[in-house]
Amino acid sequence: MKAFTYERAKDAGAAARAVAGRPGAKFIAGGTNLLDLMKIEVETPTHLVDVQDLGFDTIVKTADGGLRIGALVTNTNLAADARVRRDYGVLTRAIVAGASGQLRNKASTAGNLLQRTRCPYFYDTNMACNKRRPGSGCAAIGGYSRQLGVIGVSTSCIATFPGDMAVAMRVLDAVVETVDATGARRAIPIADFHRLWGDRPDLDTVLKPGELITAVTLPRPIGGKHFYEKVRDRASYAYALVSVAAVIQPDGTGRVAFGGVAPRPWRVEAADALLPQGAAAVTARAFRGATPTEDNGFKLPLATRALASVIAQAKA
Amino acid sequence: MKFDTPATTNPIDRMTVVGRAHSRIDGPLKTTGGAAYAYEHPAEVADPAYGYVVGAGIAKGRIRSMNLDEAKAAPGVIAIVTAADAGKMGKGKFNTAKLIGGPDIDHYHQAIALVVAETFEQARAAAGLIRVDYTRSKGQFDLAAVADTAPLKGGEPGKPPEYRVGDFEQAFAAAPVKLDQRYTTPDHTHAMMEPFASIAAWNGDALTLWTSNQMVDWTRTDLATTLGIPKDKITLLSPYVGGGFGGKLFLRSDAVLAVLGARAAKRAVKVALQRPLMANNTTHRPATRQRIRIGATPDGTITAIAHESSSGDLPNGGPEAAVLQTQLLYAGANRLTAMRLAVLDLPEGNAMRAPGEAPGLMALEVAMDEMAETLKMDPIAFRVKNDTQVDPKTPTRRFSQRQLVRCLEEGAQRFGWSRRNATPAQVRDGRWLVGMGVASAFRNHMNMTSGARVRLGRDGVVTVETDMTDIGTGSYTIIAQTAAEMMGVPVDSVVVKLGSSAFPVSAGSGGQFGAANATAGVYAACVKLRQALATRLGYDPADLALADGKITSGGRSTSLEQAAAAGDLSAEDKIEFGDLDKTWQLSTFGAHFVEVGVDVYTGATRLRRMLAVCAAGRIINPTSARSQVIGAMTMGVGSALMEELAVDKRFGLFINHDLASYEVPVHADIPHQEVVFLDEVDDKANPMKAKGVGELGLCGVGAAVANAMYNATGVRLRDYPLTLDKHFERLPAVA
Repeated sequence: MKAFTYERAKDAGAAARAVAGRPGAKFIAGGTNLLDLMKIEVETPTHLVDVQDLGFDTIVKTADGGLRIGALVTNTNLAADARVRRDYGVLTRAIVAGASGQLRNKASTAGNLLQRTRCPYFYDTNMACNKRRPGSGCAAIGGYSRQLGVIGVSTSCIATFPGDMAVAMRVLDAVVETVDATGARRAIPIADFHRLWGDRPDLDTVLKPGELITAVTLPRPIGGKHFYEKVRDRASYAYALVSVAAVIQPDGTGRVAFGGVAPRPWRVEAADALLPQGAAAVTARAFRGATPTEDNGFKLPLATRALASVIAQAKA
Repeated sequence: MKFDTPATTNPIDRMTVVGRAHSRIDGPLKTTGGAAYAYEHPAEVADPAYGYVVGAGIAKGRIRSMNLDEAKAAPGVIAIVTAADAGKMGKGKFNTAKLIGGPDIDHYHQAIALVVAETFEQARAAAGLIRVDYTRSKGQFDLAAVADTAPLKGGEPGKPPEYRVGDFEQAFAAAPVKLDQRYTTPDHTHAMMEPFASIAAWNGDALTLWTSNQMVDWTRTDLATTLGIPKDKITLLSPYVGGGFGGKLFLRSDAVLAVLGARAAKRAVKVALQRPLMANNTTHRPATRQRIRIGATPDGTITAIAHESSSGDLPNGGPEAAVLQTQLLYAGANRLTAMRLAVLDLPEGNAMRAPGEAPGLMALEVAMDEMAETLKMDPIAFRVKNDTQVDPKTPTRRFSQRQLVRCLEEGAQRFGWSRRNATPAQVRDGRWLVGMGVASAFRNHMNMTSGARVRLGRDGVVTVETDMTDIGTGSYTIIAQTAAEMMGVPVDSVVVKLGSSAFPVSAGSGGQFGAANATAGVYAACVKLRQALATRLGYDPADLALADGKITSGGRSTSLEQAAAAGDLSAEDKIEFGDLDKTWQLSTFGAHFVEVGVDVYTGATRLRRMLAVCAAGRIINPTSARSQVIGAMTMGVGSALMEELAVDKRFGLFINHDLASYEVPVHADIPHQEVVFLDEVDDKANPMKAKGVGELGLCGVGAAVANAMYNATGVRLRDYPLTLDKHFERLPAVA
């Protein structure tokens, strides 16, 4: 771990200015991912701005009947919120499918969106990694890639976004609200929040330096049955090989997003429209143009079968 | 005490303390933080410096240059140790590769430097400032590429590289029913909770090393050899070990670097090997590629059986002895086992829990299931039919005890085996395909010389001292039970001190040899102490009864406090063995039963219930033995379903080198486990009439899971781990 300086910000504007004004500065909230990465020098911030005193820890109803989730609401509190459980079950199910109770107590809503990939080559600083050290190459390509991405990846990087919560937020059409150092606010649809790697896999999201997430809003409830199907090698405490977040309406229409397959929660709206035709039709459209490796090609038929289980449960 | 004739009736047979469930006497210390592990000695080492290990960034090659300037100038840095300034170093008997690399690098993450600083954080930060330039050499990292052409290698020195009985080839060719299949198991890492950790403190030319280690005397000896220190100048302390599983049998880099760091820093130095280094810096269980051939007559009589296995290791390493159980487990007149050992430039292979049998049975017991199906026989009936009460190679040599058939039959009855549908893929529970599987468990029992010292104090307290270790297994408790039984005192009148090189050398912990041998050593010392008591009291040593804190002979009786009033009485002895283990085959047996559900959609396999029935001699403490077995069963599930060190064959390393990416089972994976111990006393093993049991609990579990999966799905998998990607596309169509 490199030495760094630390401050606790008193308000959002000050926090954003503190990070924007210093190259190498980062926000820290729960720290469940950042601190681990700092210990092995995958992350080497020079300055940390702790945002834990900013509030942002409530879930309130919005004017249009949705919910605004403060950026610092913990995963545990978000998953347990009665309104979330009642109206956005996919989100609760996704959150409790991830990490452990201890981590969910500490992890924040904003931090969860910003967690970094779990590619093993990203974690080993002896290995080339364009995400960790731009321009150094990608050791994962041609290497052990069972967990890695099958679509939306590039010749620079085949990592995935590893989270669960964001996959559910994607089917719910959540919006990420931010403030920057100038006080300007943005509302970024979650569909646009995580980048595809292209030739800049070091940039995970569209956030600008110093731009601080203040909340995530959910539109008003859409009804339907809510599912989060997470496929993994052990029953708990493992990243998804493939996950499926879905909301299915009584008439068989609905929405579906996939996790563990791409640099972002993977949803193709044109594929949603095929849900009444069954899982194979949906995944054929959603994964059109996929570029799996020999190790992870199984994720494509697995996604189909995982979605089939969801559709079967919806009909039951 | 030389044990060279079968045991007769002795005080242990009373079973007033031994053989009874007893909670761990060290439990309260462990649950309250009172048990000081290797890294935790603030009272003895008030002001330690901290070491941080730097691992090599290449698998094979040479350090061209190493720039330490920036690291040396970093805040708090006291010293940096590298091979260049470590002086001439030897290599211990139990190490294959050097523990400190440089300039030549033998494997990935081989230790190349230790940074010693005032704080852990300073040492870690400075370690990141060391700049190393390497010249890479080409290495061989792909077992599959060399497995079939690698040279034959015997498991033991001096034995022929192939084991043969009769004429396997001819008998196999002539057999009416045949199986010829190949199986693979991957590399595994021990993944124990407590990392390798040491504190070294010099006092003049005397060294004290607190370290987390299973084998105090092996490691002390190898440390002396490696660093050229007289052995008698080394005090090695390992009273508590937070898991070892074979990884901590040997001297490792944490200890050597802590000692060198303490010398360079002129301070006590503590080192805990960082988790991301553990998989590649230390030893691992090597991958195997196995071939099994079985020939039988239509009634299920095995006429020919062959088991061949290839594994790899660094030069001068050893094979994973995956074929040895096949020499003894089933009958058959014509037999062949052979091992091939390839040179690989991966980190060094060595013992991991139940070495040999664990991966060997993962293949053999699936082959037996496949053969039973071909023969249209129940898998239990097929095994029972081929039971042998003698060593098939030397039929005059009998097993001392062999209750395999009873384990299988008792287990079948308890598990409800009769409800198993012999036709695969017939049982459905919602989205789950349900199946049952069975496998035999087998592991040899090993005799090891083991010593102890026992002292009776004036307060009537019995103190046992031995360098035996407790690696979470319950050694403290079973040793206390043994001394209590022998001296006729309650367990809470016994104090057990373990894990110090100041104490008599014991068997140590490994190879499921610890419990039986270490307690037998305590038995021997207690026999001597009883004789010393008789001598002091003028009692007839042939007619002694010790019970309720009193010693009685003829009509006379004295309390132990009174007997010790004239001064402490102390005795030391060790158990040594004659050739009973050559006259008799000493082995342990069991049967594992597993029920799984396989998700028809995703192919994910989840355990539903497990049962182990074990016959392993006298069970000294049913509670700690059960804990051993359920832990071993859990490891078996891990090796069946998820554990795999992923080899990057280009760069020559295990790339998933942390606990997020090397998955072991979690509680949610293990819903229900049951363990049954059959009554057994083995008078050929030792005076305790006990054998090992810890590793038996693992042997065969992987195959039982594999067989249950086949019964559930009808899809046979032979390449571990049996992850969902290997079969879900062959499950019934769902979309």
